[in-house]
Amino acid sequence: MAKTDYQLIILGGGPAGLTAGLYAARDRLKVLLVEKGVVGGQVLVTDWIDNYPGFPEGVTGSELVEKMAAQAARFELETKNGNVVKINLTDEIKKLILESGEELTCQALIICTGARPNKLGIAGEDEFTGKGVSYCATCDGPFYRDQEILVVGGGDTAIQEAEFLTKFARKVTVVHRRDTLRATKILQEKAFANERIDFIWNSNVVAIEGEKEVERVKLRNIDGEEKEIAASGVFILIGTIPNNEMLPLEKLGADEYGFIKTDDDMRTKVPGVMAAGDIRSKTVRQIINGAGEGAVAAIASEHYLSGLN
Amino acid sequence: MAGDNVKHLTDAEFEEYVLKSDLPSLVDFWAPWCGPCKAIGPVIEELADEYVGKVQITKMNVDDNPTTPGKYSIRAIPTLILFKGGEIIDQVTGAVGKTQLIAMLKKVA
Ligand SMILES: Cc1cc2nc3c(=O)[nH]c(=O)nc-3n(C[C@H](O)[C@H](O)[C@H](O)COP(=O)(O)OP(=O)(O)OC[C@H]3O[C@@H](n4cnc5c(N)ncnc54)[C@H](O)[C@@H]3O)c2cc1C
Repeated sequence: MAKTDYQLIILGGGPAGLTAGLYAARDRLKVLLVEKGVVGGQVLVTDWIDNYPGFPEGVTGSELVEKMAAQAARFELETKNGNVVKINLTDEIKKLILESGEELTCQALIICTGARPNKLGIAGEDEFTGKGVSYCATCDGPFYRDQEILVVGGGDTAIQEAEFLTKFARKVTVVHRRDTLRATKILQEKAFANERIDFIWNSNVVAIEGEKEVERVKLRNIDGEEKEIAASGVFILIGTIPNNEMLPLEKLGADEYGFIKTDDDMRTKVPGVMAAGDIRSKTVRQIINGAGEGAVAAIASEHYLSGLN
Repeated sequence: MAGDNVKHLTDAEFEEYVLKSDLPSLVDFWAPWCGPCKAIGPVIEELADEYVGKVQITKMNVDDNPTTPGKYSIRAIPTLILFKGGEIIDQVTGAVGKTQLIAMLKKVA
């Protein structure tokens, strides 16, 4: 096989990529992890994590990823800051093209590009992002001390962050399009017991309005009735969409939402290309299984690489 | 030492140090409770070392200094604003990487 820059490249430095990197570096592969921001992925924006084992008191998101990164660094995992804009899989050699124009080649590739917050796609949303519209309670919550704010969504993330936001906001109103929450029971119980959290059921936010910053939102319920409520902040926590723009989806195999399909060993349809973490087509998107899949993908890469030689 | 070249700004110093400065300035608005802010800290320190004499690399704690962030309508952090001649040249929010920040700094240095 022709020479490549690396045996293995890991694309994305969230928990899946960092764990794949730990395994591969510890096994002395010539491996590079490419990350466009700083390592940590979505965990960086998570205030508090209560469901990752080994931390009996819980742990902050930033501390958890710091530890993951430090553990990979102990085995000298090489990392590079760069935004991959295209991946060429037509030859046996896999080629990654960065925004800077630089090209990187490898024999095996693990895709761990994760996911990002879904948007509502309504009037005012983009205009007021950072000016009252937020997708990250941990980053922006403290700006809403003693104010009245809205959380949109009904899943684990929405309910957990609503609870977190009551540390600052005087009142948090959760707007959900159904009449029941999807969030885990324990989170629901806490939220229902919290005097500062209110619920508006069976309603969608249809517009976000204000002068320079968010001042009010327009809601529409399932009967088509509209109403306006005052709010200085709107936290939109309605799930995630895959970071897949740079991926040749058809070739790799993806589900209808654009998440990559793999077998149990994290292998895609393309030999030597694995996927792990939130970018995978699956039902549970958590740190623990993302990290687990990173480990499996690294081992599958080793098997693939030893088959080449 | 890492971090020695990062200037920690207060509201009181902002106008004199940033707006009236001959050198361009990058201001990292941050707070101790913000995970992504912490994560980009080392990147800011590296840039401060690399841009000595070219761009003033600064940080402002928004908890201790509410006036300046209020003036620029900052309600999300980390927000990084690049100033030159008293004007905003560019700004970005989130845990951005070093490459992206260098691309931003190219506009002034
Ligand atoms: C607010 C919130 C709260 C959460 N709370 C919990 C919780 O309590 N417990 C739990 O287990 N899970 C929680 N999750 C889910 C958990 O964060 C994810 O399942 C996990 O981060 C997925 O890891 P990942 O490595 O697959 O992807 P990500 O964490 O999304 O990381 C992907 C990385 O890839 C990088 N990347 C993407 N595209 C490119 C490119 N083109 N070039 C270079 N780099 C790229 C990104 O910058 C990012 O760093 C939460 C998520 C959110 C948003």
